[in-house]
Amino acid sequence: MWTRRRAVSLLAAGTALPLVLPGVALAAAPTDRRLVVVLLRGALDGLAAVPPWRDAKYAEVRQGLALDPPGSGDGVLDLDGYFGLHPALAPVHAHYAKGDLAVFQAVAGPYRDRSHFDAQDLMENGTTRPRGAADGWLNRALGTLPGGGHRLGLAVGQQVPLLLRGDVGVASWAPRNLPDAPPDFLTKLGLLWAGDPLFAPALAEGMRAQAMSDEVLGPAQPGAPRRGPALAALGEPVGKLLAAAGGPRIAVLEAYGWDTHSQQGKLTGRLATALEQLAGALDGLARGLGPAWDRTAIVAITEFGRTVAPNGTNGTDHGTATCAFLLGGAVKGGRVLADWPGLAPQNLYEGRDLRPTVDVRQILKGVLHDHMGVEIAALDRLVFPDSAGARPLSGLIRT
Amino acid sequence: MLDVSAIIAANRFGLGARPEEAGDVARDPQAWVRNQIYAPYVPPPLLADLPDAAEYTRQFLEARQQGGDGGVAEFLQRRIRQETLAAEIGARVQVAVQTREPFRERLVQFWSNHFTVSVQRPVVAPIAGAYERDAIRPHVFGRFADLLIAATRHQAMLFYLDNIGSVGPNSRAGQLGRRGINENHAREILELHTLGVGGGYTQNDVRELAKILTGWTVVTPPLARRSGLPESAVGMTRFAADAHEPGNKSLVGHTFNEGGESEGIAALQFLATHPATARHVATKLARHFVADDPPSAAVARLEKVYLETRGDLAAVSFAIVDLPEIWERPNTKVRAPGDLVIAAYRALDVKVTAGQLPGTMREMGQPVFAAPSPAGWPDRASDWVGPEAMLRRAEWAVAVSRRVRSPQSPEVLAGYAIGAVAPPAVRRAIAEADPAEGVALLLACAEFQRR
Repeated sequence: MWTRRRAVSLLAAGTALPLVLPGVALAAAPTDRRLVVVLLRGALDGLAAVPPWRDAKYAEVRQGLALDPPGSGDGVLDLDGYFGLHPALAPVHAHYAKGDLAVFQAVAGPYRDRSHFDAQDLMENGTTRPRGAADGWLNRALGTLPGGGHRLGLAVGQQVPLLLRGDVGVASWAPRNLPDAPPDFLTKLGLLWAGDPLFAPALAEGMRAQAMSDEVLGPAQPGAPRRGPALAALGEPVGKLLAAAGGPRIAVLEAYGWDTHSQQGKLTGRLATALEQLAGALDGLARGLGPAWDRTAIVAITEFGRTVAPNGTNGTDHGTATCAFLLGGAVKGGRVLADWPGLAPQNLYEGRDLRPTVDVRQILKGVLHDHMGVEIAALDRLVFPDSAGARPLSGLIRT
Repeated sequence: MLDVSAIIAANRFGLGARPEEAGDVARDPQAWVRNQIYAPYVPPPLLADLPDAAEYTRQFLEARQQGGDGGVAEFLQRRIRQETLAAEIGARVQVAVQTREPFRERLVQFWSNHFTVSVQRPVVAPIAGAYERDAIRPHVFGRFADLLIAATRHQAMLFYLDNIGSVGPNSRAGQLGRRGINENHAREILELHTLGVGGGYTQNDVRELAKILTGWTVVTPPLARRSGLPESAVGMTRFAADAHEPGNKSLVGHTFNEGGESEGIAALQFLATHPATARHVATKLARHFVADDPPSAAVARLEKVYLETRGDLAAVSFAIVDLPEIWERPNTKVRAPGDLVIAAYRALDVKVTAGQLPGTMREMGQPVFAAPSPAGWPDRASDWVGPEAMLRRAEWAVAVSRRVRSPQSPEVLAGYAIGAVAPPAVRRAIAEADPAEGVALLLACAEFQRR
């Protein structure tokens, strides 16, 4: 019986790549802290996910999108008597009571235009302008951690998003249905690809990740399901990989479906469906991580928010500030952190959007420092270049 | 064995050589590409019997209307989606696999991706194929303005980017309280389809273009009732004058006088020939045909031809063939997954079975008509060579080699699939393996994975 581990070693021998031997690859990781970044692509409506239900203007400005106050059957799930959670986030709400969830409101990055694609580029490259870097802030942060050849970073999906691209080798992984290729074939292919600067390292990383996933989750089950796995179903297996002694420590998930220009809906509809998937994934992560949950922080961010008022088609257009979530056993949660700008017309950004009062980099820097031990100087200059003005929020992590 | 120029023509411009076209390509690679621009447009017979967008939009909208019982509506909608989508995907891939005009077909896919619609919006699923067929395909060697107008006004795009419900607040419908502007479509026209991000437009321009486009919609059952249209009009595109925001509009420094539907046509024509659009389109074409980060001289040449011809895409296509940079280096581009599968099927003369295709494309990471965002699929290697993705490419190559028996030996196949571009060691490995493994190595080798 062959294993992918064996194929990895054969490949490593054949390609003369700087591969770490498989035994080392699956040895204990150099840190027991886990960090998951969830990228909510498409611009989450922060006022729908985290309704400021006590704001005097809330029901008026949100019109048909306003949710009922807490207490009624379909009402907001209250957080702190002022803000609440959308009912579709009920599984996440349970973590708030346990003190594992911190919620941020009126958050934005340094970008102020309303292009998804530039804003996402900037959310991932960590600079203050689109295409300001060809690598991602999380990869640069990885570069400051003592990895010892261990693959700490894992992109969930086939590709590696910009956030995790860069000098430090990372894996990508997703459940799949193609039958395994014979190890002899992979060895021969490794030889053919040996000099290829793109393909050779990618294949080696892919085989390494698959070997690890076979070991932790069991071998893949080829079949032919008609659809790709839903986000919610990815949470638990990813949690298990992160929990494994030799597994990755930093993972990135991407969630889609937030660009709700029409039929956004209240309790049901496009947004509620996307929120349910997100809540399912987060809850699955908690289950899969098991005891490692206590050393985990999950941060969920989106590229910008949406207009305060509904547009003409029961949806919302591109806006500015939005919410963010920080969840995990390592998080000092049970609180909403917001310098609330209010929803009155004179308080809105450009008369239409929620005004940003917290820079998302402050949250990310706080987590990277307090949770992962990245030095402030590196955060200010390397991870988020020229960001000394965005001071890390401290006290987000239980020490 | 095809020489380097022939491989570039067949793979960079075409979709990978079919055995029977290798001779034509080899004789004069550049002429082989140019002849496809000269050739008169003939719609592919394989696409002739597929349904039209209005018909399926009508069925879909009426299923949605069916009173009270959401289950029935959902069932009908799903059936329409699944049946038509599978047939459309099968037909689209089959055309690409069989066509003798693969440069045209590559451009159909390029422009279809530039003007992305995605089945991630359920209403788009039954008509995504019709959209490509009717709005994109006839125009790839025509004028960009006509392509832009056809794409903007198609049902699939109006639904996908939400213009169908956008109502001018001061229009008659707006005054009756029927909601307001939706700026999604207008923003993506400026950012993705024409000027490009950084093309000099502001949030105010987005609003103004959205106002210009108010009234560009699709006839829904309520709209038909309201406007006294026959039931047969449901599903057709229509300019609804009562939803159009009245008054003059100012777009990127240019005033468009109140003119109902003609305002939108004039605005799109204006945008189509704007210098920022020339730059944006030239850059994307150069990225697709030259390299991920195309040399600025190549972009400038295409941009100049675009401006001089006011967006004549045949002239721009000739200019692409004339770019010396393309012919200097083979294999500068990593094949996107869809490109890879089609090239393999062409080389092996695979008869496409519609049932398997959607799954294969999804496993490979590029499901047909299902781009993740209005920006379409990316066009750089860094977006496609993830570790999991490359492992899947290897596994896919093995799976294809086990399923397909080619009458040709792997060595012969390699001669026209990768030709002189492949180093001797690669050709030797393919020739020395047993036939199935030889095919798998051919499909997986770095030379076949690129174009």
